[in-house]
Amino acid sequence: MSETSHYLCVNCPLGCRLEVDADGRDVVEVRGNACKRGVEFARQEHADPRRMVTTTVAIRGAPLPRLPVATAKALPKDRVVDLCRALHQLRLEAPVAIGDVVMADALGTGVDVVATRSLGRA
Amino acid sequence: MPDLHPWELPRRYDVVVVGGGPAGMAAAVGAREGGAERVLMVDREHEAGGILQQCIHHGFGLHHFKEELTGPGYAQRYLEQVLEHEIDVLTDAYVLDVDEARSVSVLSGRYGRVSVDAGAVVLAMGARERTREAIRIPGTRPSGVMTAGFAQKLVNMAGYLPGKRVAILGSGDIGLIMARRLVLEGAEVVGVFELMPHANGLTRNVVQCLHDFDIPLHLSTTVVRIHGGDRVERVTVAPVDEALRPRLDQAWDVECDTLLVSIGLIPDNELARTLGVRLDPVTTGPVVSSTMETTRDGIFACGNTVHIHDLVDWVSQESHLAGEGAGAYAVGRRSGHDNVSLVPGTNVRTCVPHTITTEREHTVYLRVTKSITPCTLRLGDVYERPLRYVVPGEMVTVKVRPRFLESFHGGALRVDVVPREETEA
Repeated sequence: MSETSHYLCVNCPLGCRLEVDADGRDVVEVRGNACKRGVEFARQEHADPRRMVTTTVAIRGAPLPRLPVATAKALPKDRVVDLCRALHQLRLEAPVAIGDVVMADALGTGVDVVATRSLGRA
Repeated sequence: MPDLHPWELPRRYDVVVVGGGPAGMAAAVGAREGGAERVLMVDREHEAGGILQQCIHHGFGLHHFKEELTGPGYAQRYLEQVLEHEIDVLTDAYVLDVDEARSVSVLSGRYGRVSVDAGAVVLAMGARERTREAIRIPGTRPSGVMTAGFAQKLVNMAGYLPGKRVAILGSGDIGLIMARRLVLEGAEVVGVFELMPHANGLTRNVVQCLHDFDIPLHLSTTVVRIHGGDRVERVTVAPVDEALRPRLDQAWDVECDTLLVSIGLIPDNELARTLGVRLDPVTTGPVVSSTMETTRDGIFACGNTVHIHDLVDWVSQESHLAGEGAGAYAVGRRSGHDNVSLVPGTNVRTCVPHTITTEREHTVYLRVTKSITPCTLRLGDVYERPLRYVVPGEMVTVKVRPRFLESFHGGALRVDVVPREETEA
């Protein structure tokens, strides 16, 4: 028994409306794609949607009160809000260098959160 | 951020770059590579990097650094290059004026008011956001109405949340990205309202910033009134007809304490205007040659101060070229004059640079008026290239090679983007 779901392809500004027939997580057919990247996108988005997350974390002793951070890899989409809540609890101390891990294995996903800039002491 | 700390600011530089954002940084590096020995980059903020510092999301550098970086990451990479090239960086400083003799008047927190003589000047001031006043939204004038980019700076750099219930007017990328940022920082976004029948930002941002968080996008809808005393209490929104006139009989109220406007950027060209350089009425930025020189000798311009870009990578590329031109000019190595002017034709809104030469290869940046899928790009009758699609929101870049123009002997080259069917063969 296959079910149909709909996605908007994000690979280019055409924004193809994808119609995906799938049996659970297994994609059976993709329609509406103008190129083959649409099929790949639909498979990923249907079976295991992931997002890169960028946010800020509180930091003391730096010229700015917030440090921008990002996940080193894409995180399962349904964990994004939880991750931001967890990051809100962090209080870092300057200095921090770009690429420093500010939260390892975030929420047990195996994904690290890293600083995306350096902030020295004020 | 390392800064310049001599006791006195040198009074003479080969090249002075006004603005230390992505355009200014690339221009400064380009100036050194173009032959300038002493280069000064002036920025009004406490650190260089410009708007990149507040754009903490990904999407920068795929073309230039061949990897996807965040804004601060891109800025840091570029600043390292600036420092490696031994460029003087003066922050907390504002350029008040540049005169025809290229004397640059600087107001600096460190040095007071000083004049610096420049062999060449690069204007790289970037753009400003259009405000509520620019589109004259009626209503009261409470606090809580601000541009999306200003809210971005508050949230990402100052650590302030501008409101708890936020409405957003305009679906440009900054507006969409701020919708997600505000939700992730704990605010509620009650809706994004877009005058046009389509979203202005990238599909990626519509999906990942709005759909992912169930934020409604109301197309063909605009804000017609702002209510509130000290603080925004609600806004009235209304659908628009085909002529974009609001249908007030179908208006409804949306409760919110904040209204962000994300309704476009305009080149910051006050210096260009006082200098009397010729401006393009469509881009509103300076008219520039193939080396990004304005109509005044030795005054170059690049980045969003010339035309609004959608990718920082192209800003870097264009600005590096402007810097090289300025560096060469300052040391007395001028390239030949341009001999072909580019004329925006069918479905082409803007074309930068405005002139090119048949001697070298050029990258030309176009913006189209309407979407066409698929289409053909034509340069006069000497060259054509098929394109899968064009959309107004995405700049088209074209490499124009000398061999395309071997059989071209005119002075003005028309650039058209037409539907594929209209093309013969």
